[in-house]
Amino acid sequence: MFAYEFITNAFAAAGIVAVVSGVIGYFLVMRGQTFAGHALSHIGFAGATGAGLIGLPPLAGLVGFTLAAGIVMGLLSERISNRDVAIGVVLALSLGFGLLFLHYYTSFATQATALLFGNVLAVDRAMIATLAVLAVITMAGLAAIMRPLIFASLQPELAEAKGVPMRFIATAFLALVALAVSACAQIVGVLMVFTLMVGPAAAAQRLTTRLWSGLALSAGLALGEAWLGIVIAYRTDWPVSFCIAMLSAIGYFVSFGVRQRHVTA
Amino acid sequence: MTPSVELDRTSIRIGGHTVLKDVSFAIQPGEFIGVLGPNGAGKTTLMRSILGLLSPHSGALRVFGRTPQRGDSSIGYLPQLRTVLPDLRVRGLDYIASSMHGERWGLPSVSARDRAMIEATLDAVGARNLAQRALSDMSGGERQRLLLAQALIGQPKLLLLDEPLISLDARHQEVVIDVVRQVCRERKITVLFSAHELNQLLGSIDRVLYLGNGQAALGTVDEVVTAPVLSRLYGTDIEVLRAGGHIFVMSRGCDVERVEHTHEHDHDHGHHH
Repeated sequence: MFAYEFITNAFAAAGIVAVVSGVIGYFLVMRGQTFAGHALSHIGFAGATGAGLIGLPPLAGLVGFTLAAGIVMGLLSERISNRDVAIGVVLALSLGFGLLFLHYYTSFATQATALLFGNVLAVDRAMIATLAVLAVITMAGLAAIMRPLIFASLQPELAEAKGVPMRFIATAFLALVALAVSACAQIVGVLMVFTLMVGPAAAAQRLTTRLWSGLALSAGLALGEAWLGIVIAYRTDWPVSFCIAMLSAIGYFVSFGVRQRHVTA
Repeated sequence: MTPSVELDRTSIRIGGHTVLKDVSFAIQPGEFIGVLGPNGAGKTTLMRSILGLLSPHSGALRVFGRTPQRGDSSIGYLPQLRTVLPDLRVRGLDYIASSMHGERWGLPSVSARDRAMIEATLDAVGARNLAQRALSDMSGGERQRLLLAQALIGQPKLLLLDEPLISLDARHQEVVIDVVRQVCRERKITVLFSAHELNQLLGSIDRVLYLGNGQAALGTVDEVVTAPVLSRLYGTDIEVLRAGGHIFVMSRGCDVERVEHTHEHDHDHGHHH
């Protein structure tokens, strides 16, 4: 199967995105902000379709919209970012806007499925390069704020007392989430970013309580699920995103089972 | 000797509301101070001011003779509002380690020295086994001990403990008080320990700081916990009854501390629904 260029491209793109998603997702789960991550991807849908409407590449719209939304959510963090209702309303509105943009740009509609559910087998070299740049920026940004981010996530009251710039950290983190979501949506689509950003991270947190092991395991699980998903899709002709979603769910529920046995043993 | 904490005609305001008005007192090094008073009397506000998170509206507030600076490593702090995500699967060691130089940029790291310090401090509060356990698997008492250990890291000279007994049963409350007293005596740490009930603290504290009605009274239990002083602080007629080594602060026949406690529980309940 590796004789085909579209397969090697898919492996490369999925590999890059899975590692970023697993690592960023670990902090998303730790901070209890998974819903905010989900909402960002939906906002990205409106951005991508809107970009199509005015003749820009969808990824540009995706990155632009999610980044702007992430920064706004971060700045309003105390008031809004952990409020499920407000996020839910904005999320639905964004999907609505996405639909409106599609309505006015009908020739774009063929790409709607790819945006919503991903199309990793259609990734080309240029996209891989773009994803790599997004990945490097995201990881570098995370490395810069990781220490205060962990402190602020685990112990917000104490972190504030010790002089951590809480709002900046919250905003910078959601901006990184926005970049990761944009990259992730290229592989599994805006509706299914949970499969790579939350499933592996949540499973990793059930399996280990150590920070670095958890991060490595989360990235490793995401990578394994993404690659295995492509292999299964190739063999069965099922959609890749379905295969990854299935593996992600299996990984999560198996991690529960392992924990349970561990506790009762 | 420079007092650990000194307020000199200090007023503290939050959003136009005066929490402390023209208050003066001095806490000496090594003292174990019980901080009491009705809800909203300014216990947390006082601690946040000592941490440098709030500036006095007027008057002076000095910590070890200096204006408080945010991030002062000589102060250990256990916040009252403790956001502990219910499903936080992080082991105790990493949880505490996150607070060590947590304000610095870059990647987190735990040096062998940091780790030894964390383990020694966990030992001091009798909680060595918590280093490898996940926060989500700890009981309320264990979490409190972990947080206490964390507040003690870095050899603080002043410890601010904001309601460390909340949500603990009586046995765990005693353990926490004993550990604080023992460790702080040994290390000559000044302690401000806020609580709802005075009685558990009676045998441990050196003096009591009672806040209420924008005012403060600092002194021995016998000086402060009297009908005239507390009536002034509560702004209502207060009776103080002593029986069998216990002190009951009553307002119109009700135990003030107990009533407040019940209210707080009701409030918590309402919040969850």
